[in-house]
Amino acid sequence: MLHVTDLQKTYDTGDEALRGVTTAVEGSETVAMIGPSGAGKSTFIRCVNRLTEPTSGTVELDGTELTALDSDGLRAARRDIGMIFQEYNLVERLTVMENVLSGRLGYVSAWQAFRRSFPAADIERAYAILDRVGLGEMADKRVDELSGGQRQRVGIARAVIQEPKILLVDEPTSSLDPETSNTVMRLLTEIAAERSVPVLINIHEVDLALDHADRILGLHDGELVFEGSPAELDDHALDRVYRGDERPDTTQSGEKTPETDSHDTPKTADKSVVGGV
Amino acid sequence: MATDQPSWERFDRRRRLGRFVAVLVSAVIVVASWQFMEIGVVDPNTVPREIADLLTRMYPPDVAYTRQIVGPLIETIHIAALGTAGALVLSIPVALLAAENTTPNAATFWLGKLIVTVSRSVNTIIWALIFVVTFGSGPLAGAVAIAFRSVGFLGKLLGEEIEEIDFGQVEAIRATGASSLQLLLYGVLPQVKPALVGLAVYRWDINIRDSTVLGFVGAGGIGVQLFRAVNAFAWQSVAMVLLVILGVVVVTEALSAYTRRLVR
Amino acid sequence: MATGERSWQRPTVFRSHRIKWTVYAGLIAFFVWSAVGIGFDPARVLQGIGNTAVLVGDFLPPDATAREFDRIVAKMLESVAMAMVATVTGIVVSVPIAFMAAENLSPKPLYAINRGLISVSRAFNAIIVAILAVKAVGFGPLAGIITITFKTVGFFSKLLAEDIEDIDMGSVDAVRATGSSPIQTLLYAVAPQIIPRFAGLSVYRWDINIRTSTVIGIVGAGGIGSVLLTAFNRYDYQYVSAILLSIIVVVLFAEGVSAVVRRRYQ
Repeated sequence: MLHVTDLQKTYDTGDEALRGVTTAVEGSETVAMIGPSGAGKSTFIRCVNRLTEPTSGTVELDGTELTALDSDGLRAARRDIGMIFQEYNLVERLTVMENVLSGRLGYVSAWQAFRRSFPAADIERAYAILDRVGLGEMADKRVDELSGGQRQRVGIARAVIQEPKILLVDEPTSSLDPETSNTVMRLLTEIAAERSVPVLINIHEVDLALDHADRILGLHDGELVFEGSPAELDDHALDRVYRGDERPDTTQSGEKTPETDSHDTPKTADKSVVGGV
Repeated sequence: MATDQPSWERFDRRRRLGRFVAVLVSAVIVVASWQFMEIGVVDPNTVPREIADLLTRMYPPDVAYTRQIVGPLIETIHIAALGTAGALVLSIPVALLAAENTTPNAATFWLGKLIVTVSRSVNTIIWALIFVVTFGSGPLAGAVAIAFRSVGFLGKLLGEEIEEIDFGQVEAIRATGASSLQLLLYGVLPQVKPALVGLAVYRWDINIRDSTVLGFVGAGGIGVQLFRAVNAFAWQSVAMVLLVILGVVVVTEALSAYTRRLVR
Repeated sequence: MATGERSWQRPTVFRSHRIKWTVYAGLIAFFVWSAVGIGFDPARVLQGIGNTAVLVGDFLPPDATAREFDRIVAKMLESVAMAMVATVTGIVVSVPIAFMAAENLSPKPLYAINRGLISVSRAFNAIIVAILAVKAVGFGPLAGIITITFKTVGFFSKLLAEDIEDIDMGSVDAVRATGSSPIQTLLYAVAPQIIPRFAGLSVYRWDINIRTSTVIGIVGAGGIGSVLLTAFNRYDYQYVSAILLSIIVVVLFAEGVSAVVRRRYQ
């Protein structure tokens, strides 16, 4: 479904965030990407839908080469990519329903968007998804009245209503407590499985990755240093991912969940609202 | 061996010196200014006496004059309303130009800043002088003057609001495949809406006050009536006009506060 | 559970959509009425725009003879001088009025009178105040100083009174409990809570006063406003433009100073 070939990203500051990563996400698997802070996980995910422009390499989704699209083509392609963000990134002043419906913006005109006149089918979809994520009663609540876990569920609903071909998830649980994190992860993977949608999820809590993912990708300093099933992620592999080298068995046992605060995307100049796609 | 007495001073020497110099400089400037204006020594009794004299002549206000005030008063309200509305519409593109995160390039940014600066540095009544020349005397010139002054005010503050928005919210909308216009409508607008409404209504409040004096230079409104009455020394009529203006301003301010509370 | 079609309407701050549409319709009707009221005739507007374009040509380049230039400088200095003096007198007068207009420190009748004074000061445009001042004390900068002082009082006293009302009365009581006199209480408990904003507010108001001082001359209250009006009446637009330029320069300079001072002290 998703094929990434030799993806590179060097920021204007000279920071080489991705040094040629090649990987794929197939069928309806859930792939978790782990790695220390600054490894390039966020950059990678953002390069897939070109929120961050890759310096070189190709990204192909279901036969379409995303990296070769012009701005109109890219906009159309993004409709098929659902993205969920670490800080939820919901429009706070709008209601839950309006935020969920924003997933369908790619299918309505600007005037319809302004008047919030979405097709009845979209409304029905929205209610159904809100029921599924457990927010059925909250459709008309303003987002800034919600808790962190509830907001992330709205984020999931927004991505899912796009009926996407793939879900990109960027650190969905960093701002949540451990119990809510687990609930959110479970919800995410269940919904994805129900709809047979592959998920690429960027996560730094290794235990969550091991619990919920079919496959693990390990990134270190812009390079893919591990690719395999959760069972194959032993201490050697963890060292490679988090320390960048192989250490003999005499090091401490048990996995270490490194503390990161996962802002491995430096502030870039890609910040303009218009003028870029 | 002498033991030092513990002491405490509120400001250390350097700050004290700084404050002393500041006060000294201010005093010098004030005295020099007074000298410059050649007002001479003013008997401290004269000013209050003359003001009190004027105020006594205004009492009681000429209530009958109200009939002649109503028309011009409504005209004043029209001027303020249209001027503010026109400025609001124009200020949105100006604000987008003058905000670092929404302006297309450096040239447009400077254009936006230029429009804002010129508009804000010229007082409404001066704009009125200019537009009376080109639009003819009357309320149309007044409305244009109000609009011209307000565009800068609104454009600058709106631009600052736009610069403060949470970019992440906009990015998420972009990720769904929305167009640039949809980004503005669904991602930016909701974030700045309270400011938009609040600033518009705030400026309208100020514009009502500004509109009352445009008549002095021929740009319509109740200023014409007021000017005429003052020049005729008809102080009781003047008092009536002032009372009516006071009433309008109070109502406007209440409406303004209510609206701003409504949209948070 | 029936899976019928569920409908949704966008939210609104008004209590119902009917109210929303009524308000919007009312507003549109009002604006149409206003447009008619001020004689908004598209032909006239277009002609006006055309005239303005032509006028811009008359304004450029800004020009002033040597004598005219001296006059601009002299009158501009007069404006600035007015603003300087009046800002100080305004602030000085504002302080007692602010205390008298503070609900927590002032008896009811005194409070009402001073709040009324503040409202009157804020309600009227400076030009109106200037006209009255001129009629009271004659043409010239004295009228201007009175005007700006009066307007400053309205601004400053209101903000100061609000600050005073917001103070922590607990610390005031504590100081009073030590047996200090009213003045001492003022200095030790009240003043430190309101002074921080003082410098910023003062220079902010000074900035506004500079702007005001440049226009009140139009009605005879001193400063460059009178020169501007005369130039307009003589159709000497290049001179007008020179005067405007000087006003813009001074206003921008004042704004710059105000911004710097406020950044340093806030």
